[in-house]
Amino acid sequence: MHQFTIQPMFGTDAWNVGGYNLAFTNSALWMAISMVVLWVFVAGGMKRQLVPGRWQMAVESFTGFIDDMLEANIGKGGRKYVPYIFSLFMFILFANILGLLPLGVIGLHPFTFTSHFTVTGVLAIISFSIVLIVGFAKHGLHFFSLFVPHGTPVPMIPVIFVVELISFMVRPFSLGLRLFVAMMAGHVLLEVLSSFVIGSGNYSAGIFALAGIPSFILMVGICALEILVAGIQAYVFALLTSVYLNDAENLH
Amino acid sequence: MPQISQLAATYASQVFWLLIFFGLTYFVIGRGMVPKVMDTVAKRDKQISDDLAAAEAARTAADEQEEAWRKRENENRARAHDLIAEAKNKAALETEARLATAQTGIDAKLEEAEARIADARAKAAAEIEDVAAEATQSIVARIAGLNIDDAAARNAVRKELV
Repeated sequence: MHQFTIQPMFGTDAWNVGGYNLAFTNSALWMAISMVVLWVFVAGGMKRQLVPGRWQMAVESFTGFIDDMLEANIGKGGRKYVPYIFSLFMFILFANILGLLPLGVIGLHPFTFTSHFTVTGVLAIISFSIVLIVGFAKHGLHFFSLFVPHGTPVPMIPVIFVVELISFMVRPFSLGLRLFVAMMAGHVLLEVLSSFVIGSGNYSAGIFALAGIPSFILMVGICALEILVAGIQAYVFALLTSVYLNDAENLH
Repeated sequence: MPQISQLAATYASQVFWLLIFFGLTYFVIGRGMVPKVMDTVAKRDKQISDDLAAAEAARTAADEQEEAWRKRENENRARAHDLIAEAKNKAALETEARLATAQTGIDAKLEEAEARIADARAKAAAEIEDVAAEATQSIVARIAGLNIDDAAARNAVRKELV
């Protein structure tokens, strides 16, 4: 569990503002790294050539991917959310992938800040707030009709309203917890398997052959799976946000 | 689990720095750079569709011009055809007219010649009559010793000659 521990860095543990400790931690450092790497990635695609190079093509395929996703989910009105969804998707994607880098080999400790529900929770709350703001700004109190699907029989309306309201209110939790759980589970799984490899190796050669080697082979596969999960979870977060935005934009 | 055990001590720093860095990501990258990237894509798409439309228009124009050229060509050919036919016709008419004038000239000359011949024949006949009448007068005078007048001799000759 050491890999999830937050440690203040560069002697900033005493940074307090209004009673809140705002130390620049390893988590904050990796947020900064994710942002900078993302900035470098996008900046590399800003040559604005008519015939794009490989890097520009890569960046344009990501923006095109987000654009297509929003258009498919929301329609023409989805265009204005591209900056937000792009930032969200790429920030989470880069955080997930950078957290998986085997930097321990050269003595550094990568930190996956998306495995902290404080972080994923804040991102989920931001997305949820945008949904609420857009929904109420666009439809006013009519936004509540979202909780009464078309064709609901009149006597059922109060019950359905409550059920739909609860499912709506659960959204930020499911959004934030899904990412946190997926990232943490993957990292814990890798850690458990690697502890098998090392523990069995320390015990005896026979146990190492029996448990250590299969665990190691399994780890290789799980590492590949984790890279996939890193992408999928970022995608799911962005996709669900755009689905929720569709509710706010178009109601049902 | 550090996420829970460190929650009270670290949540403020986590939230604060996340807002800072995600905010920077959103405002600098999301709002600053992404629209430019998408603008480039949109421009390229526009250029491609414009080029395609221009090519299509050029092809249509070329087709139209070819059609017009073909039409003009056909007209020219038809006009040339007409011109040739007209010239032929005119030439034939002219030839006919000239032939007709030549024919009338020839006919006139022939008539004149025939008239002259007839005239000459009549004159010759008259001369022969004169000569024959004179000869008859002198023959009658010598043989019979009769002196017949000119009119009687001429009558007798005319009876014999016809």
